[in-house]
Amino acid sequence: MITIIRKELADYFTSIRVFILFLLVFLASAAGLYASYQGIRGIEPGTGFVFLRLFTSSGEVIPSLVTFIALFVPIIGIALGFDAINSERSSGTLSRILSQPVYRDNVINAKFLAGIVTLSIMMAATILIVSGFGLRMIGVPPTTEEIIRLFLYLVLTIVYGAFWMGLAILFSVLFRRIATSLLSSLALWLFFGFFYVNLIVPAIAKTTETFLLLQRFSPNTLFQEATTVLLLPEWRGAGILTAGEEIAYMLLNPLSLGQSMLIIWPQLTSLISLTAVCFAISYVLFMRQEIRPT
Amino acid sequence: MDGKIVIETKELTKNYDGVTVVDRLNLHIREKEIFGLLGPNGAGKTTTILMLLGLTEPASGSAWVFGYSPTREPLKVKRLAGYLPENVGFYNNLTARENLMFIAELNNISRAEANRRIGELLEIVGIGEVANLTVGKFSRGMKQRLGIADALIKNPKVAFLDEPTAGLDPEGINQTLDLIANLPQMGTTVVLSSHQLYQVQRVCHSIGILSKGKTVIEGSLDQLGREALAGGNYRIEVETAQPNPQLIDIVNKLPGVRKVEAEGNLLLINADSDLRAEIAKAVVQSNTPLIQMKIQEFSLDDIYMKYFKED
Ligand SMILES: Nc1ncnc2c1ncn2[C@@H]1O[C@H](COP(=O)(O)OP(=O)(O)O)[C@@H](O)[C@H]1O
Ligand SMILES: [Mg+2]
Repeated sequence: MITIIRKELADYFTSIRVFILFLLVFLASAAGLYASYQGIRGIEPGTGFVFLRLFTSSGEVIPSLVTFIALFVPIIGIALGFDAINSERSSGTLSRILSQPVYRDNVINAKFLAGIVTLSIMMAATILIVSGFGLRMIGVPPTTEEIIRLFLYLVLTIVYGAFWMGLAILFSVLFRRIATSLLSSLALWLFFGFFYVNLIVPAIAKTTETFLLLQRFSPNTLFQEATTVLLLPEWRGAGILTAGEEIAYMLLNPLSLGQSMLIIWPQLTSLISLTAVCFAISYVLFMRQEIRPT
Repeated sequence: MDGKIVIETKELTKNYDGVTVVDRLNLHIREKEIFGLLGPNGAGKTTTILMLLGLTEPASGSAWVFGYSPTREPLKVKRLAGYLPENVGFYNNLTARENLMFIAELNNISRAEANRRIGELLEIVGIGEVANLTVGKFSRGMKQRLGIADALIKNPKVAFLDEPTAGLDPEGINQTLDLIANLPQMGTTVVLSSHQLYQVQRVCHSIGILSKGKTVIEGSLDQLGREALAGGNYRIEVETAQPNPQLIDIVNKLPGVRKVEAEGNLLLINADSDLRAEIAKAVVQSNTPLIQMKIQEFSLDDIYMKYFKED
């Protein structure tokens, strides 16, 4: 299995696709930093979590870094997984690998793990780079709590990315054609990112409670809620912080780290279990599937 | 060929969507022989190979490969079996050498040993000079050759080659067949599938002909020919300068001769065994000039046609 993971990682880090993703991530980080450069000047020093504001302040037009991250993490996840199995099947390499003395599940496990490693490296790099530049920009070092919150946020993005990757891998097992699996993943991403929360839920929800409940069926909502709680502990709105909402609404007694963790626990576990479900279905399907390319 | 039977199937059956594509197959393959699975497209050759490798589950029946069951102990079978799939594919972004190295690593072959074998095999299959070229730049035929090297990298006890000559030019076909013919000397049993009669005939010791998932016939090539066409007899043709009625009598009385027919200058003799020596002696003793004598060789065409005429 180590052999396969190593090969997958080597593939990722030599592929143009991953290079483009890295580029995308750096551009987004740069834009996000610029946004916080614009936005952060309004904050009085010494109040609240200044360092975290690097990630959450938005500029006049440019959305905040977390908005960017919420946008591109699913794309990265999908890009890492959408052709994991079906490309090997159609190129005829799958039958060659599976005729070697390796367990069939090692192949899919290795792909998943290699994807998560790549994802983790990307996200950790982003957060470190932004923190580094941000530190020079604002000159205020992060507190221990801020570091812990950022670390939790990193874990959260990795889990979120892993969910989309798991979904994309599931489609790559399900559909023989690469275009089909890519389009299905993107369609689902659009659905949850836009149609579900903005059109469908408002249409069927009668009360605010059902509205909030239904919203939480979207992994995007889960991620955004958890992000808000982790990085904007002052924010008490039940829902999501969207770009442009003003800091003026914030309460002055922020959530403690423990409280934050307690609040995001359900979101985090839901995301993890969604990922696990996607992976489990891919796994079962893959284990029973015919491997011939036809 | 009378090595012990190392691959065996018993009533092996596979269904796809309710259609039986391999139907109660019984095969017996001996050690260090080249066994040809022959049959038209869609006969179930690939499916049979996949079942023997444990890559697909049979619906019923059983198979044994060197004492292991591909269904229950697939890893043990895969450790000793090399496989060239139909439409073999490689990682296009890796070189030929890297592709083989990956497979070698999956088989826990040490790096030094793998490097040695890869160099050797790429030379043998005739693509040594492009070892460090990415496979994306390979032609179909080069990939096919790489596929054969790939199947042999683990020094397999048995190599399953699914249409090994597909996509090759005539020269490539010859080289590949020669290569395959040499495998038993290196201790490898070969199971190849093909619909190319003359290729199978050239290298195989035994064959099994499949049609619509059923074995039509199975056995060693020379034995099959006699059974199929001469009812189990040897057919010996004797050409003499002059037909001689006495000679027919004499030959007829030789022990083991079943039937003698005269056809112009030819005597067609059906016998239980190879009686050429005895017949030659009889001909010479009867003072008839002997021009030539041959024992009929059965071409696979004859066998194949006999069984597929009906279709
Ligand atoms: N995955 C599949 N689903 C349904 N039918 C299949 C599948 N794979 C093969 N078949 C059918 O099984 C039969 C045997 O196929 P195959 O073993 O590939 O034949 P051959 O290799 O002798 O050409 C064919 O009729 C083919 O259509
Ligand atoms: Mg076939």
